[in-house]
Amino acid sequence: MSVAGDLIGLLKGEAQADRVVPRSGQAAKLTLAVSGAMAFLAVFALALSLASGRLADRWAEALAQSSTIRLSAPEAEIEAQTWAVLAVLQQTPGVDSARALSDDEQRALLEPWFGPDLPVADLPVPRLIEVIETPEGYDAAGLRQRLAAEAPGAVLDDHTRWRAPLIAAADRLRLLGLVSLMLILASTAAMITLAAQAALASNEQVIRVMRLVGARDTYIARAFVRRFTRRALTGAGMGAVLGMIAVALLPSAAEEGAFLTGLGFQGAGWLLPLAIPPLAAVIAFWATRIAAFRTLRGLR
Amino acid sequence: MHDAAFGYGAEPILSALSLRLAPGSFHFLTGPSGAGKTTFLKLCYAELVATTGAVTIFGEDAARLDRDKIALTRQRIGVVHQDCEFLDHLPIRENIALPLTVAGRDSSAQDANLDELIAWVGLSARAQARPPELSGGERQRAALARAIIMDPDLILADEPTGNVDWEMSLRLLQLLCALNKMGKTVLIATHDMALIRAAKAQVQARVLRLAGGRVSAAGADL
Repeated sequence: MSVAGDLIGLLKGEAQADRVVPRSGQAAKLTLAVSGAMAFLAVFALALSLASGRLADRWAEALAQSSTIRLSAPEAEIEAQTWAVLAVLQQTPGVDSARALSDDEQRALLEPWFGPDLPVADLPVPRLIEVIETPEGYDAAGLRQRLAAEAPGAVLDDHTRWRAPLIAAADRLRLLGLVSLMLILASTAAMITLAAQAALASNEQVIRVMRLVGARDTYIARAFVRRFTRRALTGAGMGAVLGMIAVALLPSAAEEGAFLTGLGFQGAGWLLPLAIPPLAAVIAFWATRIAAFRTLRGLR
Repeated sequence: MHDAAFGYGAEPILSALSLRLAPGSFHFLTGPSGAGKTTFLKLCYAELVATTGAVTIFGEDAARLDRDKIALTRQRIGVVHQDCEFLDHLPIRENIALPLTVAGRDSSAQDANLDELIAWVGLSARAQARPPELSGGERQRAALARAIIMDPDLILADEPTGNVDWEMSLRLLQLLCALNKMGKTVLIATHDMALIRAAKAQVQARVLRLAGGRVSAAGADL
């Protein structure tokens, strides 16, 4: 029952031995179809997982490097407090740049909720100041203290309370993608095991004749293992290629499209789906091998 | 065999079997239908294991053989079944070469021997036919060719003439007698007394009778 022998036989191929097991049968078609479909789904699960990972990183990076100061003050003081806040920020280590949003920018932010004709100047809308951090970042607690002293109406929002659940959600999505991938591979193993058992059962006469003429169980098992491994490799190869084409045909990533249009592979990530067919072959190899020896042990 | 017995259930159908097949000997095993001739042969090639007693094949206790050793033992035994099972998807030539294939020997390197054997059993013209296309006699001869391709020490034949006419029966018998003269041990299970008498004219054959689950030497009536 040498695994090395099986692998060598698999790579080398044994034309005569391969002919001994009949080629036809539902199990052959089932293995091809299941491997193909599962590889197709696996490509999407992988794409989802990678996209979620990128999203989590992007959100973490984007939100971590910017923060907002919300300034509420009587109309007469708002301008003075804005300058005071900007002055504090200018002197704060870790702040790269800071600027007050114009009325037009604030209107644009509120437009999705209140429409295009919002009279921002007539409403008690707080002034927003965008702060861009250096990679090292600033001391949020210290900045809050200084703002409280210089501009009592200023509230620092460093996005921490927004960032944490977003990143957690993206991480959870990545985990779900990986779990889906594992489930797909486990289902592939289960289906191939069933197909192999069905093939062995339907070839009971072949097994009986082979044993009668002196075939060892290792030899019989190898004939089936080779057959199923190659079918799984072929089916998964086709499924993975189709999956990659489908992913490539998805709309390209765009700012406004956010997550859904970014569900693809980028750069070297396109190489990852190519690992799916060999992985399917490895799963088929072990699933068939275990099923074959178990079935052969059951046949006297 | 030493005091061997076998039963599919609680009741043994074979019991107190004690005999030895000497190398190069020729035996017939006879008895009525259902006497256990096929079961007896299956004990001889380790398809079945004696429930009590011992069956020793080429010096090894059959009950202690694992599957690999059984396979290796069967490479030294040529079996001709009554129903001649083949791999129906392969031509008869590849079926005859099957013992070489499963033993890992390159049958193409032995093409000349294979063709000679196929000619010897008179199947040259049918070598590429599939088993279902062959007549009963052709299948019996193909089964015999497959049984001897590995140059086995022991040939077991279960009713080898059961499905063929008398002329073909004699031809098969001649092949088996020729093999025996080459030094092979032959055991044929049959209830065809005429065949046994025909064999006795050609080789020194010992006749065993199986009745009531026991084996005994047949009398002079044969």
